[in-house]
Amino acid sequence: MTETKLMKGNEAMAEAAILAGCDAYFGYPITPQSEVLEYLAREMPKHNRIVMQAESEVASINMVYGAAGAGFRTMTSSSSPGISLMQEGISYIAGAELPCLIVNVNRAGPGLGTIQPGQGDYFQSVKGGGHGDYKMIVLAPASVQEMADFVYLGFDLADKYRNPVLMLSDGAIGQMMEKVQFKPYTRPAVDKSWATTGKPGTRNRNYITSLFIQPERMEQHNLKLEEKFKRIRENEVRFEEINTADAEYLFVAYGLSARICQKAMDIARDKGIKIGLLRPITLYPYPYKQLEELAAQVKMMLSVELNSGQMVEDVRLAVKGKVPVEFYGRMGGMMPTPEEIVHHLENLIQYHHAN
Amino acid sequence: MEVVEEMDIQEQTIGIAPVGCSVFAYDYMDIDMQEAAHGRACAVATGIKRLMPDKYVFTYQGDGDLAAIGIAETLHAINRGENILIVFMNNAVYGMTSGQMAPTTLAGMHTTTSPDGRDVGYYGAPIKVSELMAQLPGAFYVTRQAVNNANAVRRTKKALQNAFKYQQLHKGTCLVEIIGNCPSNWKMTPIEASKFIDEEMVKTFPLGDIKVPKTEELKTI
Ligand SMILES: Cc1ncc(C[n+]2csc(CCOP(=O)(O)OP(=O)(O)O)c2C)c(N)n1
Repeated sequence: MTETKLMKGNEAMAEAAILAGCDAYFGYPITPQSEVLEYLAREMPKHNRIVMQAESEVASINMVYGAAGAGFRTMTSSSSPGISLMQEGISYIAGAELPCLIVNVNRAGPGLGTIQPGQGDYFQSVKGGGHGDYKMIVLAPASVQEMADFVYLGFDLADKYRNPVLMLSDGAIGQMMEKVQFKPYTRPAVDKSWATTGKPGTRNRNYITSLFIQPERMEQHNLKLEEKFKRIRENEVRFEEINTADAEYLFVAYGLSARICQKAMDIARDKGIKIGLLRPITLYPYPYKQLEELAAQVKMMLSVELNSGQMVEDVRLAVKGKVPVEFYGRMGGMMPTPEEIVHHLENLIQYHHAN
Repeated sequence: MEVVEEMDIQEQTIGIAPVGCSVFAYDYMDIDMQEAAHGRACAVATGIKRLMPDKYVFTYQGDGDLAAIGIAETLHAINRGENILIVFMNNAVYGMTSGQMAPTTLAGMHTTTSPDGRDVGYYGAPIKVSELMAQLPGAFYVTRQAVNNANAVRRTKKALQNAFKYQQLHKGTCLVEIIGNCPSNWKMTPIEASKFIDEEMVKTFPLGDIKVPKTEELKTI
């Protein structure tokens, strides 16, 4: 039987990285995720793996680039300001099609902001972040268990598509203690014959690059990437639905705000409001289709986020104006209470559907 | 490349070419290579070398790349004593972007962004990268060479051979600075450019070894 442990999200993620066979972790301290580097600095050497505190996030993401290009399973983690610094490197990694896992334990911003949790990095995560046309697969855990599980999933998806995967967590899930189980994991076999491991006489040289000076070749490369992103959109959409079967209203929320919405949903249902929750698990690819289908069923959707209203734009894109899509959020590291959300929901119902 | 072939280490060698004229380096070398972001070659090299400590890993970087945007990555890699070879092409300008001032541009030297000559009061003096880096304990072998005549090329080749060999020792970073020319951006003929190296560049950047391993450190080769 798999043992149950009580762990912080950040530590569970670090432990899962070891179990997933992560060969190398490169990172730079930043609250609220310094535990990851601390945990791995202690544990990785015991497994003969590489762990390195880099001189900056710029350096760590480029160390990841080198290690991934050499065919190794590698990752970094940081929090918002550090992830911003990595954007150039992430764009290069996506352009050169290197598999790796990046974890953002989101804190509230902009700027230095606060070390309290936030979801203000949604746009940065799913709409590009760095320069050029690329996408990351973005996984949004809502529990300590998922912070562990999505490490395996993230590495596997990265390998499958030769693409960077971002786990977008937040300061609350990273810091909270919860029960977690580390499920047995077998790593799928992947072909990494493209890696720069030193060129034997028997093959052509391998060259890891995102540079295609000739526009014709660059466009070919862009088209190849787009084809890959299309396959990702077709095959990797993940979400969770709760109480949607009879729902007349719908919360849309991911990560921490989805947890708060679950409580709000219980309170609202006790009051007789038939509300469900759709929790996107992949933020890219986004569950547009599912939301579009639910738009035919519910009277209104409410996107609840710890930001000024970012994901709500994707909800509106999905729903195509069929039903009202509203937004409720707090910023600055402040958490909405479930009661506050229900209060807001009731006002909206009154506003849209009073009769 | 000649050095890699002569030593017969193609199968064990991985090169890193960051942004600059060095992105074209891969066209001349039949080995596995990675292109790196501007300035980040030493971080990329660290990622490779730490996972494959027995391979030969080298970077090939320009002066803008190494001494401006990437000086932090370079300094920290050397300070950690990464067992890599850094080939540092110092041509005193940004070549790729067509001749802007670099951290290594000589005092008074005209470039497109220092049209009246580099004013050291405003921009500081040219950085002597090799002298600076040689002070770090992680630096194992630091030398400055040129390639503007047959003898200089021979010495440069010897320096590169040494540096590759020293990687087997796992004792620290080798930095081979090469004073190169960039006639098109210096707005000179190749002959004038070569003369400029002998008469001007070497005044600021004297050629020769700056840090050499002690004899006992080389015993195991
Ligand atoms: C982040 C970033 N900033 C600026 C550039 C533009 N850029 C490309 S090469 C270069 C300068 C290269 O000069 P140097 O490193 O001296 O190499 P050289 O071309 O002289 O060999 C610059 C500024 C870039 N590619 N990326």
